[in-house]
Parts: sequence; C-alpha cells; structure tokens
Amino acid sequence: MRMDLIQPFINSADAVLAQALQSPISIENLSMDEEAYRRKGVAAEVGLTGEIEGRIIFDVDLGTAVQLASRLAGIAVSETDEDLVREAVCELANQIIGNAVTTLNDQGFHFHVRPPAFLTAEQGSKSSEDTEALVMGFRTASGNVFMNVALRYHRRRAVERAAVAG
Amino acid sequence: MENFVPVKRSEDGQPVRYLIVDDSVFARKNLARMVETFGGQVIGEAGDGVSAISEYERLTPDIVLMDITMPQMEGIEAAEKIVRDHPSARIVMVSSVGYQENIVAALQRGARHFVQKPVKPEVLYEVIKYVMRDDGTTGRGAGAGA
Repeated sequence: MRMDLIQPFINSADAVLAQALQSPISIENLSMDEEAYRRKGVAAEVGLTGEIEGRIIFDVDLGTAVQLASRLAGIAVSETDEDLVREAVCELANQIIGNAVTTLNDQGFHFHVRPPAFLTAEQGSKSSEDTEALVMGFRTASGNVFMNVALRYHRRRAVERAAVAG
Repeated sequence: MENFVPVKRSEDGQPVRYLIVDDSVFARKNLARMVETFGGQVIGEAGDGVSAISEYERLTPDIVLMDITMPQMEGIEAAEKIVRDHPSARIVMVSSVGYQENIVAALQRGARHFVQKPVKPEVLYEVIKYVMRDDGTTGRGAGAGA
C-alpha cells in the first residue's frame, strides 16, 4: 500500500482525536490485514470514489465509544444511549477522514467522499490483490481506537484527468 | 468554553437567528451549543440539503451553518439553490472536507465563508462576526472576547 495515501489518515487521526479529547494520543499498531475485517465495537464506514477508491472503517470498543461520546457531548453518556454513541463515532470518523481527504486532494489526488454510515455487519470482505487493508491502532486517554483502511489508486483515471486538463 | 461578547442584529439588537444543517445530530447539537455561547438563537435544524432549502424558506434565518457531505442533496448544491432565490442569504459552510476545490466551489455558488471541522469556537465566532459585519453588532460588557 502506498504510504503517501496512508500518512494523511495517521496525521488526521492524531490531530482530531487529540483536539476532541484534549489529551495526546499514540499509535500502538500498524499492520496489514490479510483476514476478513471483523468489527470490534461501534464502527462507522466511509466510502471513497474517484482516483482513489475504497473504504475506511473507524472502529471503537463500546466502552471507549461511550467515553468518547461523553467527552464530545460534554455530558455523561451511558451504554444505553446507543444513538448518541453511534452518532459520536460517525462524527469522529467524518472529521478524521474528512481532514485526511482534504490533505490528499490538496496533494493532487481527486476523489469524492460519501457520508459516514453506521456499520452493523460483524464481518467485512478480505483484502484483495489490488486492494490491501491496513489496520491502525491508536491509544487515547479514553481507550483504543482502530482504523481499517482499504484503498486502491486508479492511475488510469489520473492520467485521463490530466489529459483533459491539457 | 470561553465567554464571548454576544453578536446581535444591528437593526433591532435581537439575537442572531441560526439554521443548522448537518446529517449528524451530534454535530448539530455541538454547533447549537457553540452559537448559544455567542448569544445566538437556533431557530431550526435540518439533516440534508433538501430539508435545508425548505427550512430556509420557512424560517428565513440570519445565518445558515451548512455541512457539505450529506445524503440526498449535498451542502454546496443546497447553498446555491438558497442563494439563487435569496441573494442576501448568509451561508457558512462547516465541513471536515476542506480542500481548495471544495471551498472555491462553495464560495462561487454563494457561500460567505468556510469553517473546517473540528470546529474551534473562537474561529467560528470570528467568522460569524465577519459574516454579520454589515448587520451585526456585539453587545457591551458581556464577558471577555475571543
């Protein structure tokens, strides 16, 4: 997987989580995922289309998600406030992925991002020859947060776009 | 959260009235909390671009805070439609997706400003003051500024 596509997601997660939680975070794990994706807790998925295609899953243990929601909402949120916890995870996914997408677009990669969707499936597809999945684990003061990034770069579309632009 | 000098409408000294448009309830509540600390009043919320247009028609708010990436109709298209019918509409785009092409497209279609998520209250406050500059005023003696 191209690291220039991945680095913006790491930087964005670092910046957004640190600001949201008002505490530093660290990267605990960075590895290729060759197995089918298995959901760990409360998860949101964002799809990308264009020169870069694929999906990013933002996945948080339930306990951590409850703490994140409480910090973001500024009130005590419990596990029974399912909608609020899901909303918090989706909004954090939106902010982290949106900021990374901004960096990549400004670097010349052109693609579109779909709104985050709450992920209910326990399991997803395996990585393939042209779409590798990378798992990133972050440690925060509220617990562990994971991102599973599976992207494919369409060189042909970039060349076509450059040709049209002249 | 910091204390902000309330931003008021210069014409009648009343609070600035906001319509908040975002598909995330969580984001809407956060923005609502923020603008209330600026002395503003949230008069409506919408979760997509289509509802944003109808809510604008119904409420005629002073400012619209509009997300970009939303289901049904995205924020830039909704902003364009609102400004086409209401050229004086003040629309501030609030989105995590803030690359240059997107910002330029939003401004070309009538948005007044752009704020990137995660939103910092002091940044949004300055943008609100700027967008309301032809009409807004800040109250006196209502706490420290940003």
